[in-house]
Parts: sequence; structure tokens; C-alpha cells
Amino acid sequence: MSVAELIAPAARRPVTSQQLWGRIGIYAFLGAMTLFFLLPLYVMVVTSLKTMDEIRLGQIFALPRELTFDAWKVAWSSACTGLDCTGLRVGFWNSVEILIPSVVLSILLGALNGYALSFWKVRGGNVLFACLLLGAFMPYQVFIYPLVRFYAQAGIYGSLPGVVLTHVIFGMPVMTLLFRNYYSGLPTELFKAARIDGAGFWMIFFTIILPMSVPITIVAVIMQVTAIWNDFLLGLVFAGRENLPMTVQLNNIVNTTTGERAYNVNMAATILTSLVPLAVYLGSGRWFVRGIASGAVKG
Amino acid sequence: MQTAQLTWHVRRNAVAYLALLPMAAIVVFAYLGTMAWSIRLSFSSSRLLPRNDFVGFAQYTELFGTSRWLTSLENFAFIAVFFLAICFVLGTLLAIFIDQNVRAEGLFRTAFLYPYAMSMVVTGLMWQWILNPDLGIERTMRDMGFSGFVLDWVVNSNTVLYAVVLATVWHGAGLVMALLLAGLRGIDTDLWKATRIDGIPAWRVYAFIILPILRPMIVTSLVLLSISIVKMYDLIVAMTNGGPGNASEVPAKFIMDNLFERANIGLATAASTTMLVTVLLIIAPVLYSQYLGKKGSSA
Repeated sequence: MSVAELIAPAARRPVTSQQLWGRIGIYAFLGAMTLFFLLPLYVMVVTSLKTMDEIRLGQIFALPRELTFDAWKVAWSSACTGLDCTGLRVGFWNSVEILIPSVVLSILLGALNGYALSFWKVRGGNVLFACLLLGAFMPYQVFIYPLVRFYAQAGIYGSLPGVVLTHVIFGMPVMTLLFRNYYSGLPTELFKAARIDGAGFWMIFFTIILPMSVPITIVAVIMQVTAIWNDFLLGLVFAGRENLPMTVQLNNIVNTTTGERAYNVNMAATILTSLVPLAVYLGSGRWFVRGIASGAVKG
Repeated sequence: MQTAQLTWHVRRNAVAYLALLPMAAIVVFAYLGTMAWSIRLSFSSSRLLPRNDFVGFAQYTELFGTSRWLTSLENFAFIAVFFLAICFVLGTLLAIFIDQNVRAEGLFRTAFLYPYAMSMVVTGLMWQWILNPDLGIERTMRDMGFSGFVLDWVVNSNTVLYAVVLATVWHGAGLVMALLLAGLRGIDTDLWKATRIDGIPAWRVYAFIILPILRPMIVTSLVLLSISIVKMYDLIVAMTNGGPGNASEVPAKFIMDNLFERANIGLATAASTTMLVTVLLIIAPVLYSQYLGKKGSSA
């Protein structure tokens, strides 16, 4: 196959030389941009595989001369944050413990809210929903201090239930929006028929609505796993020292070390922290985009 | 509605009201209540602990006399303007170029959007390392023979904001690309045939016909990016920690520092109330045109 054939548009037409240059331009631009977007990932990976001696030579783009996974081992099990030298694995398991209940609860509540709002005539429901949505636009800093006081009163400040509740609170606007929009697109006949047959609120929710919610639930899981795993602020404030999530621990490892920085360990730790969202992203393909698009305010 | 009718309505839908109780509680306590309390505290002399006195606008006067806050506002404006403008232009170009029947489209899409799945902490640490003047790109270029090459953005207070914009654009441009590409795919192919027959050059078709059609997607992506920029805290903490000096201080970080490190709750809540009002002033027209404008034309 010649170059001209290779880069021609998929629909075959004779290609003029002007069009050929146009095609070359398109690929040159896309290729350059791909380099820009992939470069940090590349640098991060090669740095994590080098020894510190090699890093000190200062060739950030060079491939490692001798491959070593030591930095990864250190990052996972013995990197230090202050006096603790237990590595990122503590943060990893903390993040898992925060993630699972937060994702499950926020999605269940989102589905329930969406169902009640779109199928049942609840007075004041739309006003409530509008307030919730408005909250999604506000900077967290407006809510944080009073929440800290509330939590301290309730005895859940700096604990796992505290941080999970916080994720449920701040995930609620988008989750409710997601399910409400999805349910308002479903035909109401099924719901009406079930009502006439005497089925109640929960019966309809569990036997009719939830089974129809599989696609939107997948979108919700993708969004919440990414968002909660990547969270830094809420984990930092609400989780407490014992439950700090991986992102907070990563930042502590990299930015609070004294003495010479171990860049290879830092980069290995950075990659480890992004593995979960990256796996979600690569595994979910177009669902990820669907999540972004449906998470937007559409009314 | 008569009282009897109302009672009947509530009783018939009682379960639906019960199911919405968690949401109502969250809206009332976690969103509205905390917001009201934050605003209330901004008029008090609270420092380490909340106080119930009333000092008028004293905290606001102090706030706007604090140079660190004013710097953070300027920085925020700079970052927001350049971040949104560059993301929009770059994301639009990427979407248009990908839409030219290119081969390996999936590869380009994946490469442009994956940063959006990564956390801000990871993004900040990654770019901090690449832009490190001692061992990063600057050193590499100098060793290659460009002895006068300077790329010290992260450690130079005059240019640190460029580094922040670079990292945020890398993170967010793919979002615009993904949403606009979805929009471009929804455009009727007859439109292209018609403009081709009329001999209108492609760039004019994009600028004056296609982009106006894609307006909802453009607004959506800009709204999502704006929310992320208002909430931006973790990227700054990871990448520069507000430095050098105060050169990359942002409002969200100013508030957090005053809440938890400087024990100045009155000042912090005055700052968060200012942010709240600013966000409301900015999003009100957008929401108004999105909601009411659409209702007017489509109903």
C-alpha cells in the first residue's frame, strides 16, 4: 500500500495532490497532538524503570539502560510519608474501602431519587432537585467547614463512615440527574399498568425499574469509580489519618519527603495511583464518553 | 387544592415521600444548611472556633485587603480564561480533524481523552517532574546542545501559571474533543452535500454553520470545565503548593489554608461566600438560557 493510499479518506475517490497534502496535514497535526498527550505517560513509565543514578544524568526521554522494578516495589511497600514507611499499599486499600460503599450507596440513592422524581407525583420534588443541582456547581469550600462541625457532633469526623457519607452527599446531584433523565425517557405505560395491578412503590422499583436500569447503572459505576478514586480534597478533610485515600498518600510521599527526591519511586507511585481509573477508562470505551455527556446539566 | 384532597394525595404517595427523605435531608442540611452557616460565619469574628457575634463586613474588608487573596483571584482569572480558551480551540480542532475519515480513529480518541480519567494529583505530579529544570526537559535540551534553552516554568514565579495552564489543558482538552466529536457525528450528511454544491470553503462551513449547531455541546463542555476549574485545589497542591511564594495561589486553596492551618474561619468563610456569589452570578445566565431559552423555543 502506498502512503497516498494509506492516508486517503476511507471513501475511495481519486486523490488530487492538493487533497493529498491536506491529508498529510491532518495526520501531522493529529500525530503531533498524540505525542503531546502521550508524552507525560511515557516519561512517567520510563522514569519509574530507571535507577536514580541514571535519572541524575538528566535524559528524561531516554529509555532505561537497565530495567529495574525496584522503584515499583519501594513505591508499593516501603515508600515513606513522614515517619511511616509502609508504601502506597495502605492508601490503596483505604481507597478500596472508601470506594466500594460510596459507589454502591450513591448509585442506589441516585436511582431511588430518579425513580421517585420521574414516576411519582411528589410535591416540591422539582424544587428539591433544583436545589440539589445548584449545589453541584458550588465550590466544596462553602460546605466543608459546617460539615466538619456536623460530623464532629455526630462522632463520625475523620472516619470511614464520614468520608463515605461525604461522597454520597457530593455524588448525589449527578447521580440523581443521571437516573432522572434516563427514567424520564422510559415509557410510562408499564408503570401505569403495574399501578393498576396494585403494585406499590418498592415493588415497581425492584421488579420493573431496576431491571431496566442496567445500561445507566454501568455509566454511573464508571463515573463514580473514577470520581471517588481520584478525589483528594474530601479524603484529606474527612477520612482521618487512618483512612487516607491513595491520592492523599501519593501526594504526601512525593511532596513531603526530606532529602533527595527519589523520582523513580515517585513516578512509580504516580502510575500505581492512576491504574484504577486508567483501567476503567480503557475497559469502558465509549461508555466513558456517554457518562461525561449525560452527567451534564440538560434539564 | 382542598385540605382533604391534599391529605389523600400525600397518603396515596406516602412511600414516595418517604423514599425522598434522604435526599431532602441532604439538600436541607448538607447543602442549604451548611451554605447558610458558612455565610453566617463570614459576618462573625470567628478564628479557631466559630463565634456567634456580628461584625458586619469586617471580614470582607480584611479579605480584600489581603494581598494573598487578591493574588489568588488574579491567578484564578488568568488560569480560567486561558484554560477555557485553549481547551475550546484545541478540543474543537481535535474533534474536526478526527472527523475527517482518519484511520486509527479509536487510537487518537483514546490518546486525547485518557488524561481526563486521571486524577488532578497525578496530573500535577507528572508535569512537575517533566518541567523540573534540573533533570527534566530543560536539562535534556541543554545536554543536546541548546545551551540557552530555558523551561523553568514551575519554579519561576512569573511563569508558573503557564505550567498550571499547560497541565490543566492536557487534562481537560479531551473532554471538549469527545463531546464535540459526538455532536459532529450527529450532523446530517446532507448538510455537507449542500455546502459542497454551493462551493463554500470548509472552514467557513465549520465556523458559521457547524459550530452554531453544536452550541449545546460547546456550552456543556465549557460548563463542565468551569466547574472543575472553580474546584481546582488538588492540582495546585500537588504541582506547586501555591508557590513559588504566592505566585500560583488559587481561591480554593486560600480558603482551605485559612480553615485548617491558619485557623481563621471568619476570613475563610468570607472568601468562600465571595466564591459562592461569583459562581452564582456566572452560572445564573447560563442556566437561564439553557433551561428557559430551550423551553421557549422547543415547547
